[in-house]
Amino acid sequence: MSTEIEAQGVAPGVNVRTHGTRRSYLIGLGYAVVLTLASFWASSTDVIYPPGVPILLGVLAIAQMGIHLVFFLHISSAPDQTNNILALAFGIFVVGLLVFGSMIIMANLNHNMMPMDQLLKMQH
Amino acid sequence: MSATEQALASGDAVPLSLRGPAPTRIVAGYGFWLFLLSDIIIFAALFAAYAVLSGETAGGPTAADLFDKRHVLIETACLLASSVTCGFGSLAVQSADKRSTYFWMAITFILGVAFLRLEVSEFTHMLSIGAGPSRSAFLSAFFTLVGTHGLHVTIGLCWLIVMLLQVATLGFQPMVSRRFFSFGLFWHALDIVWIGVFTIVYLGAHL
Repeated sequence: MSTEIEAQGVAPGVNVRTHGTRRSYLIGLGYAVVLTLASFWASSTDVIYPPGVPILLGVLAIAQMGIHLVFFLHISSAPDQTNNILALAFGIFVVGLLVFGSMIIMANLNHNMMPMDQLLKMQH
Repeated sequence: MSATEQALASGDAVPLSLRGPAPTRIVAGYGFWLFLLSDIIIFAALFAAYAVLSGETAGGPTAADLFDKRHVLIETACLLASSVTCGFGSLAVQSADKRSTYFWMAITFILGVAFLRLEVSEFTHMLSIGAGPSRSAFLSAFFTLVGTHGLHVTIGLCWLIVMLLQVATLGFQPMVSRRFFSFGLFWHALDIVWIGVFTIVYLGAHL
């Protein structure tokens, strides 16, 4: 079975090297707990310069997503994972386009739109 | 001996195009991975809608008024713990160990139900104070995003019951372990979506 897997690449989530160990899940849990607590702490603390907090939260969230991908979904940069990585990269690309594209377009639209009270006045 | 035969004989050097179709396990896993990515794109659209509409409260309650951080921390803990127990369960499936499969998957199920209960109690509380999805664009976006995630968790729990029944009736056939394996991917992916939800919706509310 293992030679078959190596000959054809591996499905996402299969970790051939650490097959049968709980270690990767526990390491992942450790990192995830630390990052989660860090983001809850960051959102309620006065220690950090307030305008920097959203950026910090974003960094912590992306780091935790990475931890989940590596330790729970076992995505790695190994040559036999090329297909999975490519699909993931395309997924991230589409997600980025959707989220940031919508936000930029809508912010621009709001910026260019007449304030609502003036718009209502014009209708009379 | 032709060049092709020579290449085939040397093992490592066989080009991908000459190796024949990949085993079902890999094809099924890859197909499910593509499904998950498309599911994440659906969530991305809902996140974009929430990001755009989160300030449009129409005079109603704002995000900072409604969300309780402690509640969300408990929800996050339930989902994260269930992700890890699901991982342990997948390892039990791989080693065809029925008893520990049932044990870990039962814990996964209980933690999933606990998460859903907390979410439902939050929703009913919001509805009771008049902050339902029809109150403002912000609340419509909130209920759509968090509700879709909750719906995914519900479907995941139904799937988990079906999988446990299949283990009981069919045993660890390759087909069953393949499905269990896809379930694991689904459950971990839901946890990844939840990271986005608690960061953007719940922690973002108090900034």
